[in-house]
Amino acid sequence: MHEPMFQEDGHAALPVQVQALRKVYSDVVAVDDIDFGLRKGSITALLGGNGAGKTTTISMLMGLVIPTSGTARVFGANMARERHKVLHRMNFESPYVDAPMRLTVRQNLEVFGRLYGVRNLRRRVVEIATELRLADLLDRRYGKLSAGQKTRVSLAKALVNDPELLLLDEPTASLDPDTADWVRTKLEQYCRTRAATVVLASHNMAEVERLADRVIMLEKGRIIADETPQELIKRFGRTTLEEAFLAIARRGANDAELQP
Amino acid sequence: MSAGPRLREQTGPAASAGRIWGMVLRYWYVIRSSWPRTAELIYWPLVQMLTWGFLQTYLAQVTSLAGHAAGLFIGGVLLWDILVRGQLGFAVAFLEEFWSRNLGHLMMSPLRPAELVAALILVSLIKLAVAMVPVALMAYLFFSFNLLSLGVAFAALFANLTIMSWSMGLVSAGVVLRWGLGAESFAWLVAFVLLPLCCVYYPVTTLPSWLQPVALALPPTYVFEGLRAIVLDGTFDVQLMAKAFVLNLAYFAMGAAAFAFFLHRARVHGSLVQMGE
Repeated sequence: MHEPMFQEDGHAALPVQVQALRKVYSDVVAVDDIDFGLRKGSITALLGGNGAGKTTTISMLMGLVIPTSGTARVFGANMARERHKVLHRMNFESPYVDAPMRLTVRQNLEVFGRLYGVRNLRRRVVEIATELRLADLLDRRYGKLSAGQKTRVSLAKALVNDPELLLLDEPTASLDPDTADWVRTKLEQYCRTRAATVVLASHNMAEVERLADRVIMLEKGRIIADETPQELIKRFGRTTLEEAFLAIARRGANDAELQP
Repeated sequence: MSAGPRLREQTGPAASAGRIWGMVLRYWYVIRSSWPRTAELIYWPLVQMLTWGFLQTYLAQVTSLAGHAAGLFIGGVLLWDILVRGQLGFAVAFLEEFWSRNLGHLMMSPLRPAELVAALILVSLIKLAVAMVPVALMAYLFFSFNLLSLGVAFAALFANLTIMSWSMGLVSAGVVLRWGLGAESFAWLVAFVLLPLCCVYYPVTTLPSWLQPVALALPPTYVFEGLRAIVLDGTFDVQLMAKAFVLNLAYFAMGAAAFAFFLHRARVHGSLVQMGE
């Protein structure tokens, strides 16, 4: 069985394609009719304040949340209905989802490796652990690790299947600057060598500015900006993405249009 | 389904077996990592067995019925524990994913819901073995009650009880999936509502007539009636086991449907992402 190379309408499948996506929880509109497509090898940051709809959008891309209407397609598969066709080609990392505490790092990576059907698993576990400076921690329980070490294990889990699509939710939250920089470098290397498509949700604007080649900014579930970080900075006449983000976030409540 | 060079084939029985084995290993590592958890598996069945065993010894000394029905209580309590431990083994393994905040990883992985259920069933069997083998041995040593002397009958009793325990496990896992850890107590307590209804220690005729149809709609009732037939009359009633099995098929189908329904509702309500109370 092969993954669909084309969508139902005959167009070549982008790694990620979101069309008229909407999610309503009771009376709260979490995501409101958004459209975007991501090309292979791109790194796209989803930005927005708390409650902007970033997590809900990523959850719909993973198929963990079913949209109220519209579609989220990954490698051509509708994630609400046929996510199992493509889940082995993607992975995700978030400090808000843990791994089993009582298992050692090695056991955790072996379990997830089996779930993803990784070949030569023992060798792969050692390989990825070495790459992420975890070799000395392989037989230590996950629950005994520091926050930085846990993040590296989470990243190892996210890369164990060599994913073509990587979803990252605050990948460097709670890390010291040195470790955070190291993680960013690793992510950059992986994306460059693997030509992986990345969706990144982050509140760290320096991180976004360094990693992302595109920014999709959400507010109240709607896309209010979709351009490169440099374009956004330039449009608002600022020098950093953080300044541009603050300018957008603090603009007048009645200013419906996004104007510098 | 084609996979990259790093990955094996993703569809077919071998791929499913690999994922199920991965989950069984995950739970086995937890059992192995903590002796208090292993001790907890044995603790309650042992306490129950000793309590009812000594009660039966006392009653045998003062009444002729209890003397005649040696093994009635102790057999009942051992079989009851198979039902309860089977359900808890299933449900608690599932709760582990909530406690360790790991459910998001699993639901995002290629693991299918049916494979997760298969792994939980295997884990409940492993936990049953860990709990019941030592307790059954002690029942033999303390009270000369040999569960295996029931022979083929024991296999039928065991099978019917474990299938029912998985049906309850499916419903309780589904409820937790939908409503989060706020509904955790449901998973711990659901089996105990059956204790008075499925007539573990007394015949169905003991119940008021209006309650008897409820009891007869429950597969374990036939198992415990079957145990009494063996202990009191020395006969193995195949019909009772067949009725229990047919009912079990219906209950398992309902349990699986409930789990699938709750999983779908959890995806609609976004509770897989929240995973809290």
